[in-house]
Amino acid sequence: MSKLDRALYEIHQMDILADRDQWLNRIHPLVKLIVTASFLAVTLSFHKYNFTGLLRMGVYPITLFILGDVSFSDALKRFRIVLPLVCFVGLFNPVFDRQPVTAFGSFVVTAGMVSMATLMLKGVYSVLAAYLLIASTSIEKICYALRLIHIPAVFVTQILLTYRYISLLLEEAGRITDAYALRAPNQKGIHFKVWGSLAGQLLLRSMDRADAVYQSMVLRGYRGEFYYGAKTVFRTKDIAYLIIWSVLFLLLKII
Amino acid sequence: MHMADALISPAVAGTMYACSGLAAAYSIKKVRLETDLKKTPVMGVMGAFVFAAQMINFTIPGTGSSGHLCGGVLLTALLGPYASFLTMIGVLLIQCLLFADGGLLALGANIWNMAFYGCFFGYFLIWRPVMKKNPGRGKILCASVLGSMLTLQMGAFSVTLETLASGITDLPFSIFAAAMQPIHLAIGFAEGLITAAVLVFIYESRPEILMNITAEKTANRLTLRRTLAALGILSLLIGGGLSLFASSRPDGLEWSIARVTGSTELEVEASAPHEAAGSLQETTSLLPDYAFKGSDSSLGTSFSGVVGSLMVLGLCVSGCCAFKFFRHPKQREAK
Repeated sequence: MSKLDRALYEIHQMDILADRDQWLNRIHPLVKLIVTASFLAVTLSFHKYNFTGLLRMGVYPITLFILGDVSFSDALKRFRIVLPLVCFVGLFNPVFDRQPVTAFGSFVVTAGMVSMATLMLKGVYSVLAAYLLIASTSIEKICYALRLIHIPAVFVTQILLTYRYISLLLEEAGRITDAYALRAPNQKGIHFKVWGSLAGQLLLRSMDRADAVYQSMVLRGYRGEFYYGAKTVFRTKDIAYLIIWSVLFLLLKII
Repeated sequence: MHMADALISPAVAGTMYACSGLAAAYSIKKVRLETDLKKTPVMGVMGAFVFAAQMINFTIPGTGSSGHLCGGVLLTALLGPYASFLTMIGVLLIQCLLFADGGLLALGANIWNMAFYGCFFGYFLIWRPVMKKNPGRGKILCASVLGSMLTLQMGAFSVTLETLASGITDLPFSIFAAAMQPIHLAIGFAEGLITAAVLVFIYESRPEILMNITAEKTANRLTLRRTLAALGILSLLIGGGLSLFASSRPDGLEWSIARVTGSTELEVEASAPHEAAGSLQETTSLLPDYAFKGSDSSLGTSFSGVVGSLMVLGLCVSGCCAFKFFRHPKQREAK
C-alpha cells in the first residue's frame, strides 16, 4: 500500500470509528477534549524518575479501550511515527545518567534507565489519549467544541475545509503519482525534472477547486460562518464523566 | 520535526501554546481585515493541498533518498504570512489528531517550530525582500532554498531548546544540537529545491497567484542572459577589484588552529604521500597564495581573482552542458 493510499485508508477508518453509536462517542465533544488535555497535562507533569506513579495513569486508556470498544492493535500502528524520535532522545539517558537506583541480582538499574522508561511510557500514553479522542469524536465535532470555546470562525472553518478536502486531494495526488509510475516504471519517487510540473499541476487544480468551492458555498448561503446542524447540549452523564476523570487524575497525581 | 508529547513538559507546552496562540490571534485579526470571504475556502483547500503534496516522494538526485516540499514556505508565498500561518495550524492539528504526527499537548510547540518560522520569517525575512524588485526564476529558487534552510534550522534549534527546557533528556545541549542542526540543513536544502520547482512552475503559468508578484513586476523581469551577464560582471569586479581589500587575517580554521598550536599551519611529519602531494600541488598551482610565483605584487591578487572567477564559470558551464541543463528553446519545444 502506498503512502497516499495508507493515509486515505487511515482517514476512512477513523471516520468509521468516530461515527459509531457507542457511549464514548455520545459524550459531549468539549468534555472529551477537556478530559484528554487534562490527562496529557497530568501525565507529562510526572517527574522523570517517577515510573511507578506514571504506570497508574494507564487506568485511563485501559478503561476507555475496554468500555469504548476500540481496537488496541489499530492504535499500535500510530507508534511508528512518534516512537523513533522519543527513543532517540530517551536512549541517551542511560549513557549520561548512571546513578544506580536498585538492583535485581547482578543487574543494576540506573536512574537513566528509569528516566528512559518513563519517557517512553509518556510517549505511549499521549499517543493513546489522542487516538481515543479522535476514534470517538469526528473532526466536525472537535471543531464544534472549538467554536463553543470561542475559537474564531475563520480558523475553525478552514480546519474543517482542510479536513474535507484532504481525502479528495489525496485521491487526486494518488492518480497523478500512479499515472507517473506507469510511465516511469522501476523508478522510486518523482524525478527532479518533473518536480515542479507534477506538484504544480496539482496546486493549480486545487486553486481552481477552491474557487469552485467558494462559489458553491456562496450559493448555499455562506457568509463567513459554517453551520454545524443541531446543537449538542451538556447532559448529566457528560458532567459526571468530566468530574470523575478530573478527580481521578488529581488523586493519581497526589498519591 | 514533529515533537511528541513525551518530549515536552506541561510548563513548556503551555508557554509554547501561549506564544503560538498570540501569533494565531494576530493572524486571525489580520485575515479578518481582508474582507475577501473567498480567503477561507482557499486556505482550507491549500491546507489540503500541502497535506497531499507532502505525501508525494520526490527523488533527491545522487542521494538515493526522497524528500517532500516545505509547506510553510510554499504557503507563505501563495497566501501571505497570516493566512498561511492559520492554514499550517490546521494541517498540523489534523496531522496530530489523525496520524499521531506530533502530540496534542506539544501542538503549540509544533506550530511555533514549523508554522511560525516558515510563515513569518520565511515571508518577512526572505520572500518579500527577495521578490521586491524584478522577481524571476533565480530569485524564487534563492528565496525558497534560503527560506527552507533558515526556517528549518530555527525550527530544529527550537526543538532542542524546548526538549532541554522540559528536562526530559540527559543529552547535553551541544550533542543534541549537533545531531539536529546538520541533518536539518540538508533536509532544508532538499525541501527548498522541491518548493522552488513548484513555485517556479506557478510563476511560469500563473504568476499573479504568488505574493508580491504583480503584472508590472513580471513585465520587466530579467532574462537569463541578462542575469548571467550581470553576475559575470559583478564576479569580475569583485575578483579583480575588491579582492585587493581582502583581509590578511587568518580564516576561521586557521584562527582555531592558531589558538591550539600557536601557529596557523600544522607541522606535518615528513612522509612519502605528504611529500608527493605537496610537490604535485606546487607544480599545478600557477598562482600560489593568490599571487604570481615569487612576487608580492597586488596585480597578482587581482589577476588570481579574475582567473579564478573565469575558471569557476567554465567549470559550471561544462558541468551544466555535460548534464544537459541547458537546452535550446527549439530542442525543448521538440521534446
